[in-house]
Amino acid sequence: MATEVQLPALSPTMKEGKIVKWLKKEGDSVSSGEAIAEVETDKSNLEIESFEDGVLLKILVPEGETGLVGAPIAIVGAKGEKVSAPAAPKPAAPPPAPAAAAAPAPKAAPPPPPPPPRAAAPKPAPREESRPAQVVQLRPAVEVAAGSDDGRLRASPLAKRMAREEGLDLAGVHGSGPSGRIVKRDVEAVMGQGGQAAAAAPAPKQAPPAYVPQFGRREPEVLGISGMRKIIAQRMAEVKPGVPHFYVTVDVDMEEAVKVREQAKAAEVKISINDLIVKAAAVALRKQPKVNVSFQGDRILQYSTADVGIAVAIEDGLITPVIRDADQKSLGTVAAEARDLAERARRRALKPEEYSGGSITVSNLGMFGVDSFIAVINPPQASIIAVGAVADKVVARNGKPEVRKMMSVTFSGDHRVVDGALGAQYLQELKALLEQPTRLLF
Amino acid sequence: MAELTWRDALNHALSEEMERDANVFLMGEEVARYNGAYKVSQGLLDKFGSARVVDAPISELGFAGLGVGAAMVGLRPVIEMMTWNFAILAMDQIVNNAAKLRHMSGGQLRCPIVFRGPNGAGGRLSSQHSQSLEANYAHFPGLKILAPSTPADAKGLLKAAIRDDNPVIFLEAELLYGVKGEVPAGEHLLPIGKADLKRQGKDCTIVTWSRMYYFAEQAAQQLEQEGIHVDLLDLRTLKPLDEEAILTSVKKTHRLVVVEEGWSFCGLGAQIADLVQLKAFDDLDAPVERVTGLDVNRSYAANLEKATEVSTERIVAAVKQAMYREEGS
Repeated sequence: MATEVQLPALSPTMKEGKIVKWLKKEGDSVSSGEAIAEVETDKSNLEIESFEDGVLLKILVPEGETGLVGAPIAIVGAKGEKVSAPAAPKPAAPPPAPAAAAAPAPKAAPPPPPPPPRAAAPKPAPREESRPAQVVQLRPAVEVAAGSDDGRLRASPLAKRMAREEGLDLAGVHGSGPSGRIVKRDVEAVMGQGGQAAAAAPAPKQAPPAYVPQFGRREPEVLGISGMRKIIAQRMAEVKPGVPHFYVTVDVDMEEAVKVREQAKAAEVKISINDLIVKAAAVALRKQPKVNVSFQGDRILQYSTADVGIAVAIEDGLITPVIRDADQKSLGTVAAEARDLAERARRRALKPEEYSGGSITVSNLGMFGVDSFIAVINPPQASIIAVGAVADKVVARNGKPEVRKMMSVTFSGDHRVVDGALGAQYLQELKALLEQPTRLLF
Repeated sequence: MAELTWRDALNHALSEEMERDANVFLMGEEVARYNGAYKVSQGLLDKFGSARVVDAPISELGFAGLGVGAAMVGLRPVIEMMTWNFAILAMDQIVNNAAKLRHMSGGQLRCPIVFRGPNGAGGRLSSQHSQSLEANYAHFPGLKILAPSTPADAKGLLKAAIRDDNPVIFLEAELLYGVKGEVPAGEHLLPIGKADLKRQGKDCTIVTWSRMYYFAEQAAQQLEQEGIHVDLLDLRTLKPLDEEAILTSVKKTHRLVVVEEGWSFCGLGAQIADLVQLKAFDDLDAPVERVTGLDVNRSYAANLEKATEVSTERIVAAVKQAMYREEGS
């Protein structure tokens, strides 16, 4: 029997609510306790839940439109049940008789519900610990098992166990099973890429890649997501779907950094400018830990290690080997590791754990004489820095023009989780470290 | 080791046990002078005489009851049912007496009896004579259920069944009697309650028993050619179920297909699926698939019978389904 879903009063002052987003489409099955829509009220955005098991038969208030409290916004009923939209919803009207409940089911079987939409932005996973703090129950009497995986994210028990053991959020993982179910091979595919939850490609038909745990990286801390952060993330992703980038650029005086390289050379230690940048990027990350995060839809992963990826151009593409704990390694060690990784990257001899699980990536096109450029973030990382060439430039210094060795760095941030000011502070830190490289010693 | 047919392997088991223990006797329709409807008891009348190889009237409830009574007073009867379809008439003696005497007598009575005969399809025997009835008996506490697939397993388990102090349901198959296999001579005893992993593979587990083992083996060979390697677990004993063997395999492959000749509803596959969801939930990467006879009565017409039976193709498809291979869906 079809039942109306009425817009509940989500705050004492709420008179109406705007449907920000339908989390379910017409024809999708819904279960009791499952979030079906996001509603913007006078206070904040809240999810509303179905209190019926069945199929979302009809959406009465489309996305972007506003409904009145107490008025029906959707109809839930049995699969194939026929409904006709009720007359224009009136506030506080008594619920009309279930629409055409007695109508015979259509002869032709209704089309199977389509697989859940796979928006580029990771969807929130309905896990207990990560549920948005504000979830409003439509009818308190309905018993909803706490923490039950209520079907919005379909994954096999094994896939869930693997994700749990590896600290992987399944929310962004592509499910290759029926109805988008995430199965073992999907988790393995993602783990093989070092937890890149943005894996959008379907699982390979051949044998799945060998299962590789994230090597040498400590478990991230799972942070909740604030209401404001959530709205920022949502708005930014609306404007720029996928990973909404923003860019901040600074010019760095590299006179001192170049000297460090020369001093090292004199001591027969080979250090490149890029090695200095990698180390500085890691130390800056330590100073601005809020950049060392990953946006996971309904939560933020906060990493405790400063692992810096280096974009290495190889034939036909590029790869980003990672220097772990680069903030804690000497410049000589960073340089030696970077050389080794780059050399093996070109031979395609890197192990998956060596090119996965970075905090930030350094992309340097300085060797091509590029002044400045902007780089695309490598998810699930939240930032990348694009480094140009060190070149003699005329700059104003102490009121006089002066020729200095200058370099441009452009920070790209994932605006769902990092804001412009934070990006600027990170660059400020990076600039200071490179302009006074002795600071890299302590 | 000699190559024997199923019927000869059973014959050897009976003959050896009757030689070993004077309390063992065989009773059933046509077992003596006709040498058995399926010639399992060939030569036994001549060897052991009419006191130990007894032709019974066509009265399943009656001679099943005679057997239970004999077991109560210390003999070890083997009661041959011409088919398990006929044994439906003896259900009361089997489930109400044999299965319950030990319990109801507070352990004072034992019932060391074997009920044996062909189960399942015989090929165009129509709906009344083609049934797989293991699930019916497995439902009752107090009965052990054996359903081996190979002649060697049949011999080893029939001997073990005769020596067991509890009532045992021993399921054979008309279509297996002529199947040949290597059988150890003499004292070959197999433990009741132990499944046999007849083929090893990492990708999917197939659990089956009795005649379906051969279908599963064929399916496994086909799958092998496509690079899919299965664990093929032949249960041999349906009750007590070798839970450990099933769980060990499923924890390795993360996928399970149960193949049974009988109907799906309340079949043993449902029981096995229940075991796995309960004790290996976090190891499952796919729903448990079942391949069963279709939920209709068997037809006399060959084409209709074939359409409702388990086939190798359906097993292959189920394994692919469990592996999320598109061809399987």
